[in-house]
Amino acid sequence: MMRALHDRLNALFPLGELTEQRPDLAFLTVPREHLRSIILHLRDLEGFSHLVLLTAVDWLEEGNFQLTYLLSNRGKAVDLGLRVMIPRDGASMDSIHDIWPTAATYQRELREMFGIQFPDSPGVNDDFILEGWIDMPPYRRDFDTKAFSAKTFKEREGRMTTDPEQHMKQQLYPDGA
Amino acid sequence: MMREELKIRVVKGPDGVEFEVDPLRDYFCEAPPASHPPAYAKIVEDLFNWARSHSLWILGFGTGCGAIEMRPLMTPRFDAYRYGIAWRPTPRQANLLVISGYLSVKTLKRAIRAYEQMQNPKYVVGLGSCTINGGMYWDSYNTIKRLDDYMPVDLYITGCMPRPEALLQGFEDLKKLIRAGKAEGANQYAEKFEWYKANQKQVIHDWDMPDYNW
Ligand code: SF4
Repeated sequence: MMRALHDRLNALFPLGELTEQRPDLAFLTVPREHLRSIILHLRDLEGFSHLVLLTAVDWLEEGNFQLTYLLSNRGKAVDLGLRVMIPRDGASMDSIHDIWPTAATYQRELREMFGIQFPDSPGVNDDFILEGWIDMPPYRRDFDTKAFSAKTFKEREGRMTTDPEQHMKQQLYPDGA
Repeated sequence: MMREELKIRVVKGPDGVEFEVDPLRDYFCEAPPASHPPAYAKIVEDLFNWARSHSLWILGFGTGCGAIEMRPLMTPRFDAYRYGIAWRPTPRQANLLVISGYLSVKTLKRAIRAYEQMQNPKYVVGLGSCTINGGMYWDSYNTIKRLDDYMPVDLYITGCMPRPEALLQGFEDLKKLIRAGKAEGANQYAEKFEWYKANQKQVIHDWDMPDYNW
């Protein structure tokens, strides 16, 4: 099923690798400039009528963001994820809100949490979850959550951490049996 | 950045007269809270406190995971109403704010507004490790780590999360504190108002509300 779809697409577009996760779920890397036409093709001719989600992965070491557009063919109950790699520096991507209006919400989230720009996406620069955020986008992997928390939020003295294994051993077998 | 609805604007009344509205001054009280002196005689204040301890009304506002425990508590399973503890839907009608877990900065802002809108005398109970020292969200980029920096906490209930029985015990302890005249959070808030505001503003970066808004 997924292979056949891949072959049909391959005849039309240059495609990257296909990862078959399950019989009804596969991921496909596609070149950025063909994303829009592939999505339109899948939506209009292959029955992938539903955008399940749009999310990002930060490949810090490679200097890329991976965008995953998960599409669903509800009639055949199969999902296909389209992966697009974009450079991390000055990350920006074309909006697909005109294909699925819900995409605007995902894009707004990605702009806030990863700092990926989606010019023309409606309301993309409005606050989404964070309010008055002042640091770098927090889902970027080079954002140090712990250091940020330590410098921003005051701590209470006396908090301690124990290793669960050691602690339970001590509790259950105090004389080291 | 000031929100659109908080900006000064000219409005036209139903009678056709145009007038200027400054929402921050016209819709909210600007006066800081004042501390409430005890009654003229100790025995009278004790009587008041006894009465207060029997009149606990919780604001039905849940944050974090702990809010889940309030559902069985306010319904037949654990039935806190037996102990004279009831829930109300608005801050105006409540005098006990239960912060039921972690507070993100965004929620903290709402919690402060809710607290300030409650009538004196009022009490705050912090529920769970998150309110005490950050709990398992101690390294989160978005949650505060000690509630008492931002509002006066009368009592903490430990646990992650505390069971309804622990809450009931906590409410009984709170009653004892009130009767002993030791639950003076609202007065403490008024006396150290500047300190609390400074702490709040240190973490809430988009402060777009009046400093005191009831
Ligand atoms: S103390 Fe535990 S149960 Fe309560 S809000 Fe924190 S993590 Fe959740």
